[in-house]
Amino acid sequence: MNTTVEIAGVKFKNPVMTASGTFGSGMEYSDFVDLNKLGAVVTKGVANVPWPGNPVPRVAEVYGGMLNAIGLQNPGIDVFVERDLEFLKKYDTKVIVNVCGKSVEDYLEVVERLGDEKRVDMLEINVSCPNVKEGAIAFGQNKDALFDITEKIKKVAKQPIIMKLSPNVTSIAEMAKAAEAAGADAISLINTITGMKIDIYKRKFALANKTGGMSGPAIKPVAVRMVYEASHAVNIPVIGMGGIANAEDAIEFIMAGATAVAVGAMNFHDPYTTEKVVDGIEEYMKKYNVEDINDIRKIV
Amino acid sequence: MAKKMKTEAKVLRQELLADGIYDMWLEVPFAADVKPGQFVGVYPVNKSTLLPRPISICEVDTEKSAIRLVYRVVGSGTAEFAGYAQDDVVMVLGPLGNGFPLEAAEGKKVVVMGGGIGVPPLLETVKRVSAAKVSAVMGYRDNGTFLSDEFSKYSEMHIATEDGSVGTKGNVIDAMKADNIECDVIFACGPMPMLRAIKAYASKVGAKAYLSLEERMACGVGACLGCICKTKEVDEHSHVNNARICTDGPVFDADDLEM
Repeated sequence: MNTTVEIAGVKFKNPVMTASGTFGSGMEYSDFVDLNKLGAVVTKGVANVPWPGNPVPRVAEVYGGMLNAIGLQNPGIDVFVERDLEFLKKYDTKVIVNVCGKSVEDYLEVVERLGDEKRVDMLEINVSCPNVKEGAIAFGQNKDALFDITEKIKKVAKQPIIMKLSPNVTSIAEMAKAAEAAGADAISLINTITGMKIDIYKRKFALANKTGGMSGPAIKPVAVRMVYEASHAVNIPVIGMGGIANAEDAIEFIMAGATAVAVGAMNFHDPYTTEKVVDGIEEYMKKYNVEDINDIRKIV
Repeated sequence: MAKKMKTEAKVLRQELLADGIYDMWLEVPFAADVKPGQFVGVYPVNKSTLLPRPISICEVDTEKSAIRLVYRVVGSGTAEFAGYAQDDVVMVLGPLGNGFPLEAAEGKKVVVMGGGIGVPPLLETVKRVSAAKVSAVMGYRDNGTFLSDEFSKYSEMHIATEDGSVGTKGNVIDAMKADNIECDVIFACGPMPMLRAIKAYASKVGAKAYLSLEERMACGVGACLGCICKTKEVDEHSHVNNARICTDGPVFDADDLEM
């Protein structure tokens, strides 16, 4: 039985990853999960300098999911390299570093800085966070801007790059094509869907930021549809995510066209989710005689 | 620090303690590891919910491997918990957070101060603290002074009520002044305006204050950065002026906080 998948020459022991921002750099969840069992740890977004993020409340629960407006709080690349990357050296899993920035220059600085870090297998470029005023989604909602930043990053990146796309666009296929045309090695989707919650008793927004990104099981059908559309529009691999709670959900994404999948908000519901998805995929493969996980990709 | 886990917990018993305040004992495997001031995340069974509800640990029974949660019904999650009966099984994440620094109280005059649903975590605290003198000053809305009898067993009890029906009319600071209570160290939990007032009071009288904070949380284990508070100095983990309430707290030295 083969569970390994390959993206841009990087071999993953299985297709299960963590969705950026829901798993820190793995340290906090290593109390619960054996990180060695995961295909990859995708780290929380990191910028060239520390970012303080948004005021609280930053999170709110909604039916079947949650909203967040953390605002990409991060300790900056220096601390990330010294502490988080150092921690991940202990584990036999692939490391994908999520990179964020306010300007193209910010992104390039982080990408160049990580170029010589052997522990970093791939870079995921966050052009889709809906909760910051500058950068991030500003590059991900316009195909020319996406093409431009992808091309510039690709020129300096030493690791393969994954462009993380936003669902808050008119045509995900067009965005996927723009990323591919600019040289992206892979794309990942979906980031959160912009949402809002109002506390009718306090007559206030539930989040200090007013809007937030929605994640959780309620967004899964939207994510599956977008992964299907994107993976049929491009020839580069797609990493699928959005509300994955168990192995069945993960397999659904793979059948829609994803080469790998990531578990996000459900880590908060059950810290063991990633490991359960890894085990569940193997059980499914045994039960339904799937020799190679790659055989069921795009099967529908 | 004890390893955190998500585990099944059996409801041993539950009763209504005061208007909207419930008292539930849960059997958990980690009871012996719990430190006063720590909390657990309790997951509603309702499948439309995702996140654990952070609830402070009121008391620990090591022999029965049980923890006591005294909580207020504030939404649909806690309303579901209020319906649990003996032998029901619920999923719990814990033990979470740092707890009160009991060592800071050794040989000192200690005052624990609770406001409303901030009262419960101080019960296990007064039971375990080893101090020259332990006073409890608890603030309530009205005469529903839940847990006050139990605090009386372990400490000199003072009460403040908003409507003046029991003890001093006003807040916990009013009771401190009215009853002339001396303190070197304060352990407190309650709403933010109360904690701000305690910080100011402690600094005026030259006492050390340790405050337990509350915030909307998602993961409860320090990964999502949802529940931060502002800190005076750059925090060692975040490298900005934010600390994680769920992991670096919920208890902070008042001097370290920007409130």
